[in-house]
Amino acid sequence: MSHPAIRVQNVSKQYQIGTGGQSYGTFREAIVEAAKAPFRRMKAGEVPGGRENSFWALKDVSFDVERGEVLGIIGRNGAGKSTLLKVLSRITEPTTGRLEVRGRVASLLEVGTGFHAELTGRENIFLNGAILGMSRAEIQRNFDQIVQFAEVEKFIDTPVKRYSSGMYLRLAFAVAAHLEPEILVVDEVLAVGDAAFQERCLGKMEEVSRAGRTVLFVSHNMPAVRSLCSRAVQLVGGKLVRDGNSHEVVDAYLRLEGEGEGAERVWADPDTAPGDDQIRLLALRALGPDGRPAGHAYTSQPLTVEMEFDLRFLHSALCVGFELQTADGILLWRTYHNDGPQDEWPVLKQGVNRIRCTIPPGWLNHGNFMICPRVSLHCIKWIIVQGGEIAFSMTTDHARSPLWASTAEDRPGILAPELQWLAE
Amino acid sequence: MTGQALAQRETTETGPGTSAPTVQVIEPARGWIGINWSEIWRYRELLYFLTWRDVKIRYKQTALGAAWAILQPVMTMIVFTIFFGRLAGLDKQTAVPYPIYVYVGLLLWTFFANSIANSGNSLVGSSNLITKVYFPRLIIPMATVGAGLVDLGISFLLIVPMMLFYKITLTWQVLLMPVVLAGTVLAAVGVGTLLSALTVAYRDFRYVVPFVVQLWMFISGVMYPTSMIGGKWRWVFFLNPMAGLIDGFRAAFLGVPLNLPTLLLSLAVSLALFLFGAAYFRRMERRFADII
Repeated sequence: MSHPAIRVQNVSKQYQIGTGGQSYGTFREAIVEAAKAPFRRMKAGEVPGGRENSFWALKDVSFDVERGEVLGIIGRNGAGKSTLLKVLSRITEPTTGRLEVRGRVASLLEVGTGFHAELTGRENIFLNGAILGMSRAEIQRNFDQIVQFAEVEKFIDTPVKRYSSGMYLRLAFAVAAHLEPEILVVDEVLAVGDAAFQERCLGKMEEVSRAGRTVLFVSHNMPAVRSLCSRAVQLVGGKLVRDGNSHEVVDAYLRLEGEGEGAERVWADPDTAPGDDQIRLLALRALGPDGRPAGHAYTSQPLTVEMEFDLRFLHSALCVGFELQTADGILLWRTYHNDGPQDEWPVLKQGVNRIRCTIPPGWLNHGNFMICPRVSLHCIKWIIVQGGEIAFSMTTDHARSPLWASTAEDRPGILAPELQWLAE
Repeated sequence: MTGQALAQRETTETGPGTSAPTVQVIEPARGWIGINWSEIWRYRELLYFLTWRDVKIRYKQTALGAAWAILQPVMTMIVFTIFFGRLAGLDKQTAVPYPIYVYVGLLLWTFFANSIANSGNSLVGSSNLITKVYFPRLIIPMATVGAGLVDLGISFLLIVPMMLFYKITLTWQVLLMPVVLAGTVLAAVGVGTLLSALTVAYRDFRYVVPFVVQLWMFISGVMYPTSMIGGKWRWVFFLNPMAGLIDGFRAAFLGVPLNLPTLLLSLAVSLALFLFGAAYFRRMERRFADII
């Protein structure tokens, strides 16, 4: 195929924010502005007085998508992902730039667009299908499959306002799942619904990609992006900053997204450091065996977590420690300096303290992790319960068996301990 | 229209039910854009579904269902007959019995008034669609007018017994009916699309519209014969398209003398309103999703 399915060329989208974003708001204001207009040059699409109140949701974005490719689009909230999809779907117009699209596009920016509570399931299937771009013949053809997929056979002639939220979602997704476009654009519809629903969504998307359709997939679900997409792009502040293999792009994104600038964080200014008048965190570090901060660690070596803090006055219920989380936010453990028997607690003093904790080798599997500081007065209150995280990545190399390949990421799981096996 | 820049250029078909690959170019448009009729044709099924949705919802939500479409003009007719006809003495001015004279006018007027009032709010009310799916936005106010046509069809049923009751016979002028109806649809779509686009940008319009519609009724010859308007400036009166169209509608059904020049003037104004409304809508369309 000489021509890509989608070609995005230097696309930018500017929005007016604040009062400028409401255009004139009222006709009265418009008349006043119109009276002033001859004394001011207006460019098409711009709102007078709005120049200071504008921001670029997309800036100079360019990329191609080949036919049959599954492309992931990732980025923080507000990076411009949804805007990009909207421009692609012709819902909003680019301010500058150009897009070429080859093929019928169906956009799933929301599940259940156009559903009306008073209409029955049957009626909504037709309405929603028509809104999404299916012809009546297509809807009729797929009708039974849609109902079956949604598992709402018994309720198909009841008004949708009587449906449970699960049924509603299943029906809405069922209609969308039977779209047959050349290009499918999906925006985080997986974020809604229970785990079973999300499974089916993913399954259907896999089916679609296997059928050779081009798919653009925006999601915060990194494992899904990794598994479904061959390629991914990352948007930061409206700009395309990374484009490549989905595993690489996702990993790079997660490393920065750990909200830590690597494996060490130092707070020089006590006023902005986590904590309160009793205790202020000065530094948080993940150290390798050489005693230096280790952003990329190996599972065959111990990892030491060091917490440096300024303690104004002692308290018998003070607990200082951290939570270990995966980059996806799954909590592995919370540990405090006084978890052990009392005579083994590290002694804290007034002033600057530095305490350390070592994570033994051979516990963690490969992946990206976050250390989140946690400080509290036991059964009284939290002092540090969010913020201040550092991140590190683990590469598995502690496997001793020739059958456990240490470099490939084939062993699943967050932990990868080598357990003792014995024969009877 | 001159000075066109197309927001999208297509080399082959896209739209519901097609599977042929196309090249669609998306780039910023400037200035006045033409109406993409072929695209609207391709989305005709959606127009049908949205019209059907509006009608179905309205009838599901009211206790009387379809009868509601008849009640509005009938009750207005009764009130007018008592107060304008009898008490104000206008019933001596009409060539045919006052009730049916008023009813025929009301049929067309109710269609027009409801269409433009509902169209005005149609885009803002469909903001969930506009921000999430693409289809030619012109379909939304058009669907409102379509729903109005359905109501018109239902309220029309009462015409037949009324004509029998008042012993009105049809003349050849009934052939004018499609022409007048087409003219009214053009005027309704034109004003409706204009209002819907204006309401998106200036939210205070939705408060102005009901008031304007009320006043508009009084200058359209609904409850009095337009023959009462005389003098040099009579033609100004007929710049209001509904004045000439209502006259034409009455001529079609009641056999009252047809006033061709005024009908033609009203038709011309309707066409102009349609073209202007649709053009303004198209010009504003690209910003709807951003400001709605």
